[in-house]
Amino acid sequence: MVHRALPRLDRDNRAFWTSGESGELVLHRCQSCASYVHPPRPVCRTCLSENVVPEAVAGTGEVYSFTVNYQKWHPKMEVPFVIARIQLDGVDGVLLTSNVVGCDPESVDIGDRVAVEFEQHEDVFVPVFRRVAS
Amino acid sequence: MSGQFAYISGVGQSQIGMRLERSPLLLTLDAVNEALSEAGLDISQIDGVSTYPGRSAGMLGFSPIGADELIDALGIKARWYSGGMEISSQLGAVVEAAAAVRSGMARHVICYRTVYEAAALARPDEYPMQRRDRVDNYSQWLAPFGAISAVTWTAQYAMRHVKKYGLTREQLAQIALTDRANAALNPRALVQESLTMDEYLGARMISSPLCLYDCDRFSDASTVIIVSAGDALDEVVCQPVRIAATAGSVDRLSWDQAEWMACYATGRALWEQTDYTVDDVDTVQLYDGFSFQALAWLEGLGFCGVGEGGNFIEGGKRIALDGELPLNTFGGQIGAGRLHGFGFAHEAVTQLRGNGGARQIKAQPTVAVATSGGGPLATALLLTRD
Repeated sequence: MVHRALPRLDRDNRAFWTSGESGELVLHRCQSCASYVHPPRPVCRTCLSENVVPEAVAGTGEVYSFTVNYQKWHPKMEVPFVIARIQLDGVDGVLLTSNVVGCDPESVDIGDRVAVEFEQHEDVFVPVFRRVAS
Repeated sequence: MSGQFAYISGVGQSQIGMRLERSPLLLTLDAVNEALSEAGLDISQIDGVSTYPGRSAGMLGFSPIGADELIDALGIKARWYSGGMEISSQLGAVVEAAAAVRSGMARHVICYRTVYEAAALARPDEYPMQRRDRVDNYSQWLAPFGAISAVTWTAQYAMRHVKKYGLTREQLAQIALTDRANAALNPRALVQESLTMDEYLGARMISSPLCLYDCDRFSDASTVIIVSAGDALDEVVCQPVRIAATAGSVDRLSWDQAEWMACYATGRALWEQTDYTVDDVDTVQLYDGFSFQALAWLEGLGFCGVGEGGNFIEGGKRIALDGELPLNTFGGQIGAGRLHGFGFAHEAVTQLRGNGGARQIKAQPTVAVATSGGGPLATALLLTRD
């Protein structure tokens, strides 16, 4: 898929969408109870602490679920491609929707091991995932 | 007892079509008039209005008529009204109306859902879509990855069932096949032709495992449900249908974070509000914007266990019009058109009153469940003739 709708950056989401510039995947994390807070907000949904800051995560994980999208929702969209929910290593309670790239879309399966990489579009670094050996 | 409960009196529906010329306000009027006529009520007796999601300025086809506009256009003297998206899904508007009549804030409430998505697509100059340079809020976690349509979100829940529980295409097909067989008996349904298994299996994939026939179709239509107070039933001429229980819940609103669609928590919660059990239910009218959502509702409501939905509907006999648990007897949204939630309550009432015509369930049903919503949105109504 070539065309990507891009997020409007604000003070809550900027760290997530720009940290790829340094090659790191970043999620908000509560410093009081260690829960991850995603979507990123300035309060922890587990303990209501306001001590929530962006923190780098491993960037590896596995495919929790996926779909192969065949429908061109936009004239510039190239199909088919894989949309997947990624369960990140060491990150409980967060499922990250992304794409699995660089492989035959129909070969993707639940449980596939993946690692993050970033596509830059304007000022946004979109995290996508590529399969790695398990 | 009647004073403690809310009831559905009249129900009404406009024609269901694609690219209709009749305006969305007049389609709403058609549905209002039919519902008033069934109830034996005059518009002057209506003192409340409730809708979902209210006028949607950026997507007029999705929701062209707001509650305040309908009140003004029809000269309704409203003591109470409500219209908004931040409720438990489409039939949440009926739940709100039930609360309003039970608390004495209104006696007869017009609940409506008007859709004009096919016409708006065909006539974008008249019904422009709001275009944004950038996405925000929940969209930002989906749209950048091409996950633009709810079919791609729902498909990922369905894929878990395929991989974890062995759900097959032949099993899932029974939702669409049942819908289309029933739609062929409903003169108002958008699609009048039944569907064969071969046609289903040969259809192009939209977002695996969901194919073209797993998706509902944009339509232009309006559906009205009048909710009346228990102590106002002496003003009503039709058989009242009791809203015996309601449930609607949300944990994580975003489609991307919730591990389970909200129909599971909502389905369980419904039975905590009533002495009825799943064994008492004669028919189910379950949201099927995408086929898998109806299957998930069967599991969520407890008609079968989690992961057992595929086996439960296999072969289609159980959920057929003459089966033990007739499903979506008007054709669902896949057959009748994307009425967006309200069609399920309309049909439950129609069946409970014995007004289904060619599609009427022969063993007269007295207990029905109607639901709306998929993903993080879910509302369930238990409707009874008792």
